[in-house]
Amino acid sequence: MEGLIAAIIGLLTACGIYLVLRARTFPVVMGLTLLSYAVNLFLFVMGRLNIGVPAIIEPDRAQYADPLPQALVLTAIVIGFGMTAFVVVLALRARADLGNDHVDGKDP
Amino acid sequence: MSTLPAHAVIAPVLIPLLTGTLLVLLRGSATPLRRTISMLGVQALLGASFWLLLQVQSGEVLVYQLGNWPAPFGIVLVADRLAAGMVMLTAVLALFAMMHAIQGSDRRGRQYHALFQFQLLGLNGAFLTGDLFNLFVFFEILLIASYGLLLHGVGAARSRAGLHYVIINLVGSSLFLFAVGTLYGLLGTLNMADLSVRVAALGTADVGLVRAAALLLFLVFALKAALAPLHLWLPGAYSAAGPASAAIFAIMTKVGAYAILRIETLIFGTESGPLEGLIEPWLLVLGLITIALGTIGVLASRRLAVLISHLVVISAGTILTAFGIGGSAALSAGIYYTFQSTLVAAALFMLTENVARTRGGYTDELRAGPMLPAANVLGGLFLVLALAVAGLPPLSGFVGKVLILESSLGTVSAPWVISIVLVTSLFTVMALARAGSTLFFKTDTHAGEATLPNAAYLVPVSALALISLLFVIYAQPIYRFAAAASEQILQPDAYIETVLSAKPLPRAGDH
Repeated sequence: MEGLIAAIIGLLTACGIYLVLRARTFPVVMGLTLLSYAVNLFLFVMGRLNIGVPAIIEPDRAQYADPLPQALVLTAIVIGFGMTAFVVVLALRARADLGNDHVDGKDP
Repeated sequence: MSTLPAHAVIAPVLIPLLTGTLLVLLRGSATPLRRTISMLGVQALLGASFWLLLQVQSGEVLVYQLGNWPAPFGIVLVADRLAAGMVMLTAVLALFAMMHAIQGSDRRGRQYHALFQFQLLGLNGAFLTGDLFNLFVFFEILLIASYGLLLHGVGAARSRAGLHYVIINLVGSSLFLFAVGTLYGLLGTLNMADLSVRVAALGTADVGLVRAAALLLFLVFALKAALAPLHLWLPGAYSAAGPASAAIFAIMTKVGAYAILRIETLIFGTESGPLEGLIEPWLLVLGLITIALGTIGVLASRRLAVLISHLVVISAGTILTAFGIGGSAALSAGIYYTFQSTLVAAALFMLTENVARTRGGYTDELRAGPMLPAANVLGGLFLVLALAVAGLPPLSGFVGKVLILESSLGTVSAPWVISIVLVTSLFTVMALARAGSTLFFKTDTHAGEATLPNAAYLVPVSALALISLLFVIYAQPIYRFAAAASEQILQPDAYIETVLSAKPLPRAGDH
C-alpha cells in the first residue's frame, strides 16, 4: 500500500515537473495542477496510512488516525484551487495581450 | 479591557484585514473615500506597530495564542524584537508607498487599495507567525495580493512578466508544502519552537530526511529572497509592475531573508546537534554570487526601473552575505542594512515614476530625452538616493556596508567579502552616474517639451531620502536595536520556553 501510494506521488510529481517545463501555457497550467495533486496526496499520507482506526483519542485504543494532515490538506486544496483558477485567467489574458500562448510571449 | 495589551501582537494582522475587507465592500464608491479609508488603515497600522515595538523593546517575547489553544496544538503568533522591527519597517514603507499611490497611480485599477491592504496582511502575518504551515498560508496571501498589484493596470509586458512570476511562485509553493509535509511526517509538529526541540533530539536514522526537508525549505525561501540562481524572476517582475506597486514589493525579498534567518537560528541553531549550521555555508557563497550577478544586471540595464530592480537583487545578496558570515556582529549589520536598503529601494522606484511622468513618451528609458524643467530637484533626489543605495558616505548604505565588512574581518571569508562588495559598489556607482547623467544632463533637442511635475508629488520620495539621512544620524540607537535583536535570535531558548510554556488565558466567567 505504502509503495503504491509513493509510486503514484512520484509519478504525478514527475509528470508535473515535465509539463511545467514546456513552452506553452496550457501544458504549464496542467503541470501545476498535477504538482498540486501530488503535494496534496503527499500531505495526506504524512498522517500515515491506517485503516479502521478512530479519528479521536480514546483511552482504550492505542492507535488513532492523525486529523491534522487532513486539516492541512484541506487548506492546501483550497489555496491550490484558487491559484489554479488565477493562473488560468492569467494565461488567457496573456494569450489575448501577446497574441500567442508561448510563455515568453513570442513564438520562437 | 485589561487584556487589551495582550492583543498588540495580532493588531498588525487584523488592521489591514479589516481595512481591506471594508475596501472590497466599498469598491463602487468614490475614489477619495477609498483613499481616505486606506490611508487611515495604514496610519492605524503604523500606530499598532509602534505599540508592539515598545512592548518588545525590553527583550520580552510576546506570544498570542489564536483561539486560546496552547502551543504546540494551536497556532501562535510570536513577537520578538526582530519580528516587531520588521513589522514596523513594513508600516513605515506602507505609509510612504500609500502617499505615493494616492497621487494617481491607484486609479489604473479598481481594487488597488484592497490588494494593498491584503499585501500588508500577508507581510505582517509572515513576520509574526510561529507556525510553519501558517507561514505558508501568509506567504500565499501576500503572493496572491502581489499578483494583483503586479498586474494592476494593463500592458503586454506586464502580462508576460506576471505569467513568469506567478508560475515560478506556484512551483515554489508546491515545494514549500513538500518540505512542510516531510517535517510533519518525521517530527510530528509544525510549531517552530517545538520543531526546534524535536530537531535537537533527533535520532540518527532520520537526520538525512530532515536535512533534505530543511534544504527544500531553504530553497523556497531563497526563491522568495531572490538569491542566485533563483533571482531571475525579480528584474522582469519588478520593472514591469507599476512603480507604486514595486515600492511595496521592495520588502517582499526581505520576507524570504527573514524566514531564512528565523529558521536558521531557531530550528537549525547552535544546539541542533548534527544539523547545526545547515544553511550558513551556502548563504555566504550564494549571497556573494548574487551581488556579482546583480551588478552585471545593473551595468546592462537600459531602463531605470530595470536598473533599480537589479539594485534590489544586490541588496538581497548583501543581506544574505551578512547572514551567511554568521555571528552576532554580522547579523546586527545585516538587520541594519535590511531596514535602510528597503526604504531606499522603495524611494528609487517612486522617483522612477516621477521621472517617467516628467519625460512623457521617453518614460524611464536611459537615453537622451527632453530637457527636464525640474532637473535640479529630480536630479538632486536621484543623487542622494544613488549615494545611499551604492553605499557611499555620508548616507545610510555606507554605514550598513561598513558594518557588514567590519563583521567579516577575522573570518576566513573576509578577503572574498571585502573584495566583492567593494568592487561591485564601484561598478554600481559607475552605472548610477551614467544613468543620472543621461537622464538629467543629456538633452535631445528634437524631443519636445517636458511637463513640470507637481512639486507635491516629490514629498514621499524626499521624506524617504530624509529617513536615509536619519539612519546615519541615529545610527547608534538603530544599530543597538539591531544588535539586541540579533542577540535575542541567537539565543532561542527564551523564545522556545515562552512559546511552549504559555498558558491559555482564563475565560471571562472563570475568575
